[in-house]
Amino acid sequence: MTSDQPTNETPCCQQQQRRTFLARLSIALSAVIGVIIALPGIGFVLAPVFRKPKQKWRKVGKLEDFKVGGFVLVQYEDSSSVPWAGITAKEGAWIRRASETEFIAFSINCRHLGCPVRWVDDPRLFMCPCHGGVYYEDGTVAAGPPPEPLQRLNVRINNGQVEIESGPTPLTLTKIT
Amino acid sequence: MSKNPLMRTWNWIDNRIGYSDYIVPLMVHLVPDSARWWYIFGSATLCAFMVQVFTGVCLAMAYVPGGEKTYESLVYITNTAPLGNLLRGMHYYGASAMVMLAVIHMIQVYMHATYKYPREMNWMSGVVLLFVVLGMAFTGQLLRWDANGVWSVTVAAEMAGRTPIIGPTIAHFIMGGETVGGSTITRFFAMHVFIMPAIIFAGIGLHMLLIMRHGISEMPDANDPVDPETYKEKYEERINKTGVPFWPDAMWRDMIFSTIIVGIILGCSLFLGPPTLDPPPNPSSINANPLPDWYFLWYFAVLSLLPPKLETWVILGVPILGFLGLFFLPMISNKGHRAPSKRPWAGGTVIFGSVAFLVLTIYGYKKPWSPDFGVKELPASVVGTDQGPLMEGAKLMHIKGCLYCHDISGYGGHRGPELTEIGKLLTRDDLIIRINNGGHNMPAFASSISSDELHLIVDFLLTRGVDQDQPILNGDSP
Repeated sequence: MTSDQPTNETPCCQQQQRRTFLARLSIALSAVIGVIIALPGIGFVLAPVFRKPKQKWRKVGKLEDFKVGGFVLVQYEDSSSVPWAGITAKEGAWIRRASETEFIAFSINCRHLGCPVRWVDDPRLFMCPCHGGVYYEDGTVAAGPPPEPLQRLNVRINNGQVEIESGPTPLTLTKIT
Repeated sequence: MSKNPLMRTWNWIDNRIGYSDYIVPLMVHLVPDSARWWYIFGSATLCAFMVQVFTGVCLAMAYVPGGEKTYESLVYITNTAPLGNLLRGMHYYGASAMVMLAVIHMIQVYMHATYKYPREMNWMSGVVLLFVVLGMAFTGQLLRWDANGVWSVTVAAEMAGRTPIIGPTIAHFIMGGETVGGSTITRFFAMHVFIMPAIIFAGIGLHMLLIMRHGISEMPDANDPVDPETYKEKYEERINKTGVPFWPDAMWRDMIFSTIIVGIILGCSLFLGPPTLDPPPNPSSINANPLPDWYFLWYFAVLSLLPPKLETWVILGVPILGFLGLFFLPMISNKGHRAPSKRPWAGGTVIFGSVAFLVLTIYGYKKPWSPDFGVKELPASVVGTDQGPLMEGAKLMHIKGCLYCHDISGYGGHRGPELTEIGKLLTRDDLIIRINNGGHNMPAFASSISSDELHLIVDFLLTRGVDQDQPILNGDSP
């Protein structure tokens, strides 16, 4: 009995060790398979998050098309559109020729939650249809919940063309104090 | 061996797939005989989900997730494709039914405290399912890729953007870039048809497995609180003595109710039709009036009522705390009384929640906080004359946008105070100061109004609420 024990034990332990090894091997290989499948996918899906914001100058009309006065709505292609975007690549801005040489432009996004603000010419106010945010013509908040003034956009005159710098949708960020 | 060839075929199949061995025992498992009409909502939610899967798959055969083609494909489904209008309607009303039934099912389970021992995980898996269903409802609203859909993503991204530090990352992840556009719609499509349905299928599987494992709960008994030490034994004993097979003794009620639900979904689609499509999804078009579907309208109303300081915390806190509070509810209380009569706070919570939902939803539809852009000019019957300075003042009320926010004798918006009787309440100087300087939630008009215009408006306002028979002052404004 006692003399048999080592011979009995050895194959049993070997069997056990073999099983433990195979189990670990299988788990490790599953992890490898998982990583190989998941990583390219995760990278693909998260890519837009890490893309550097693009700013592009977009033509919005000839200089002589704009008359000194109130704001007009202009449309242009956003700075990072995909080939299949079609009409959804459009972006809008409110632009005003303040004087012969000076232009002012605002993003149409309300700074409360991003809804499109409308310029109402007579009272000279921007009004938001979502939660009633109101802005003066200089973009500062006149009434309602928006925490910030409208986002100013850069405008330049290039070869007789008025151009706006198109960029990301303005986000109202939480300030950590 | 049966002689009937059909029977023989079935026996062959049954022997291979094990229907009688595996499925039949599940169908005829014993349920408490007290499990009656209160128990129909869960199965009806599942039934509404089946409607969604089937109609959704059919719609996906004609739906193009990308750019303006999406809108065109929706127009095609709605106007041209045979039965397309019906299917779109069923998918829309099915979504409403599913959200509604999931919430009713949850309220029923909460009121009967079925989430207590040993069914804590039944509840937790249900809470996860509810939030994914809400996610489906939201992404589905965006797949209706019209002006409203486009602006709803912008609102969602702006809300996510308020998260401290990682806000912009989440917002750009949602939009699939820095602006709402082509990559947003394809992203939402993948979430709506692949990712979330997969989570729902898995969640329903777990939810059902847990139902089988712990048995359907009996109706609460005010004299028999849940004691984890003895509950399972007592349940086993009772169910073996008085239980009835689920099929067909209990299931017929589920079938009747589900038939009614599917009938209502079909009826709504036939008689009301799918929601009309807004103008095409042009993110630069400002003539959109973004409004969420009815089940999120209460939250839209909440966002207008908040003091600015609380806003960010509520935008982020309500969904997160709501989820955590519900998810961990059974961890806070998993024993004791189940009967609603012994749990007044539970009843109070449900009543408070329902009333708040109803009031905020009605408020959301009325949108009293928004300027009314479509308001009409004041008619002569209200002004008291159809010419002269008084009428000019009334016209200026419209031109200068005063009526967008102020109501006069039923004409105008509701953002600001009603001005029907303002002539009795304020003096000329008060009015001039308020219009020039603005005030709480009122813009200052000093820079956009001339002195003449101001006096015409003030003259007009001073007649409001004052006896109309008095001679009207003509042209003597200073």
